[in-house]
Amino acid sequence: MISHSKHVLQAFALALVCIAFFGATPSHSADTRFNDLGHKLMCKCGCNQILLECNHVGCAYSTRMRDELTASLSRGAGPGGSTPDSDELVLRSFVQQYGATVLAAPTTTGFNIVAWIVPFVVLVGGLSLITVVVRKWKYRIQTVGAQSATPEELATFRRRAREETEV
Amino acid sequence: MSDLGSYSLLLGLALSGYAFAAGFIGVTRKGHSAEILGETARRAGIAVFGCVLVAATVLVVAALRNDFSIAYILHHSNVALSAPYKFAVLWSGQEGSLLFWSLLLGGYGLVLRLRHKVDAKLVAYASIVIAGVQMFFLALNNFAANPFGIVTGTIPPDGNGLNPLLQYAEMVIHPPMLYLGYVGMTVPFAFALAALIMKYPGEKWIHITRRWTMVTWAFLTCGIFLGAHWAYSVLGWGGYWGWDPVENASLMPWLTGTAFLHSVMMQEKRGMLKIWNMWLIFSTFLLSIFGTFLTRSGVVSSVHAFAQSSIGTWFVVFMAIVLATCLWFFLANRDHLRSENRLESLVSRESSFLFNNLILLVACFTVLWGTLFPVLSEWVEGTKVTVGAPFFNRVNIPVALLLLLLTAVGPLLSWRKTSTDSLRRNLLIPSLLSLGVGIAIVALGWIHPLQEQSQFYALMTIMLSVLVASTVVSEFYRGARVIAYQTGRNVLSSVYVLTRRNTRRYGGYIAHFAAIVVMIGFAGSAFNQDIEREVGNGDSISIGHYTITCKTYTQDDNANYSSVWAIMDIFRDGKQVGTLFPERRIYKASQQPSTMPAIRSTIAEDLYLVYTGNNPDNGRPIIRAHLNPLVSWIWTGASLLLFGTLLALIPSLATAKLPVRSAVRVLADSGQTVGAD
Repeated sequence: MISHSKHVLQAFALALVCIAFFGATPSHSADTRFNDLGHKLMCKCGCNQILLECNHVGCAYSTRMRDELTASLSRGAGPGGSTPDSDELVLRSFVQQYGATVLAAPTTTGFNIVAWIVPFVVLVGGLSLITVVVRKWKYRIQTVGAQSATPEELATFRRRAREETEV
Repeated sequence: MSDLGSYSLLLGLALSGYAFAAGFIGVTRKGHSAEILGETARRAGIAVFGCVLVAATVLVVAALRNDFSIAYILHHSNVALSAPYKFAVLWSGQEGSLLFWSLLLGGYGLVLRLRHKVDAKLVAYASIVIAGVQMFFLALNNFAANPFGIVTGTIPPDGNGLNPLLQYAEMVIHPPMLYLGYVGMTVPFAFALAALIMKYPGEKWIHITRRWTMVTWAFLTCGIFLGAHWAYSVLGWGGYWGWDPVENASLMPWLTGTAFLHSVMMQEKRGMLKIWNMWLIFSTFLLSIFGTFLTRSGVVSSVHAFAQSSIGTWFVVFMAIVLATCLWFFLANRDHLRSENRLESLVSRESSFLFNNLILLVACFTVLWGTLFPVLSEWVEGTKVTVGAPFFNRVNIPVALLLLLLTAVGPLLSWRKTSTDSLRRNLLIPSLLSLGVGIAIVALGWIHPLQEQSQFYALMTIMLSVLVASTVVSEFYRGARVIAYQTGRNVLSSVYVLTRRNTRRYGGYIAHFAAIVVMIGFAGSAFNQDIEREVGNGDSISIGHYTITCKTYTQDDNANYSSVWAIMDIFRDGKQVGTLFPERRIYKASQQPSTMPAIRSTIAEDLYLVYTGNNPDNGRPIIRAHLNPLVSWIWTGASLLLFGTLLALIPSLATAKLPVRSAVRVLADSGQTVGAD
């Protein structure tokens, strides 16, 4: 029964981690695309800010870039147009025009994917390591078995119990 | 006058060198003469503070007296600058801020050396470490970034002025707080290294170190939140945290410091994780230095960075020496750090601390990784990439959610081992409450978790926050019920007594509660709205429940800056609730523009107006309005966090001092009988 509960708890924890990491699928509705993409691009005026957050007084870039983004999103989306440009295509056109640093985060291709994978690997590796170490220590403690304690050891245990027990 | 400053710095360097060398001889040799030498080293260390204080005073007086013969004052001040900002000139540039660092380190050293009787030998060793760090910074002050350089040729009548972004009241407080946090990490580091070098017996050093760490951690926390508030109130982009490399630099030692404050409990109570704790302190100190290196070396581009200079090399060498020293003594004395106990169960308080530490360190690693990835990418592929907010949010939000989950579960676990039944029993009601709140929020249509990823995270944050809050409340309630039963007090009075009996534990719970208040504030950003419009007299902008009407716009002028500002009437659901004055300034000395956002803050949301500029054709103002939900929760949570930390620093009241009702009366009042439970 206890083992069953443990597995349920472990499965729950794993599900929570997966849900938390992958989350819900981002929305692609028309009215949020501008906002989504605008937050995936950097202003190129040198202010180091996200395009839609650039408040650089008299910025020569952000207004133009926002207009370009609006134009990209409406391209092909009009009444006579074909399929609108995908998000990826829009971002790629900005990269072609302004260079790779226009993207606010690394892409998931080539070497850049390492940026995304490494933190996850570190987390999973750390969790696994702690689990293995605790299990190993626990096993060692179990195999040592019970031994009778001397009065001095008992006094030490009492002191430790007092230290470890709080109101 | 600058000569006095220069000579003081030189004398300070010589004295710190003496404190280091004489202190070293004092602790390594025996006999009366060695003791005397050690005492002279302690006094030399105290005198270092006096020297640096003189130098800093000279610089501030020079700023107040508009002494533009000193290049630093010429570049960072001007005649029209008000007195508080002239005082802030001390830390507004590279050279001055390094002098300020030396001053604070001297101050910490002074306190440590004056309180040497707490443990004379340990403090003697720690003083040597501090003297070593002080030597490095004073060497920088003297040879790499001297603040007393003289202007050659004709001395200009006015200076270039202080950076406009720094001309804000919080900037007089934020940097000192942050620096007190950064520099203060030297003291726990000094104690840790001292304890390792001398193979300090027992855990007394960890008690001393924990208190110092809590104080410096509180300063760092205060500095970080003041910085966030300053960014929100001054930079005018509507946010408070941009994941800028310099912001990241302050976050990293804060994360490792937080990890240490948790894991140190395992060492105190169970004699475990000694090596881990030692390296957490070393890492925290190294990350503080690394943050300073990032700000000043030009390795990564940042809006906060000081001018690029060769000073980065000095820091690299210093960090290498510190790391080598730590490694050397660790390898030599690692046997001394052997754990007295081992973990017995995955479901235990010890394990929860381990997982808590892991998650905090993963968060720290992620921040470091993201900050340095552009450099790595350029090195590997030849092209630089940007690692901005989307990356950090995407990776760190799930990590923060895991941390929230542990914050809820951890306090419910007992030391050594917790049975699954006990955990289930304690978590059942908080979990149901959390689930109920989540379902209610979705059912009421307040959050649409499947439409937007940010809304999904916001819902998770709120649900986990409810879980944490309910476990914290249940901990207070259960403890207070026992006190009430023992003493006959009411519940509120019992909560007070409970907290006084164990300030550290219950101060910690308040800090946990504060953390969820901050997290809920962060979750509010998922619902931010903004709009930008050109407005003439009588024109309106609508955002959320608000209608903002431009009454008029005008200009102003004073000795320091000229400004344009708008008078905006604020209506909520048709009823006027106030007037805001967004402003845009041009500072005369530097000719730099700056925005002064106007903010109407309530518990539910902030209305944030920015005067972004004027239409060049008709001169009408362009106003950007942001509606940012729950931002005030962040500042409230930060205040609570500091309160909880301060509470944890107050010594607990001895249990014996509390009145206890007679057992007979207690039992009669409660209607209970004595039985085996």
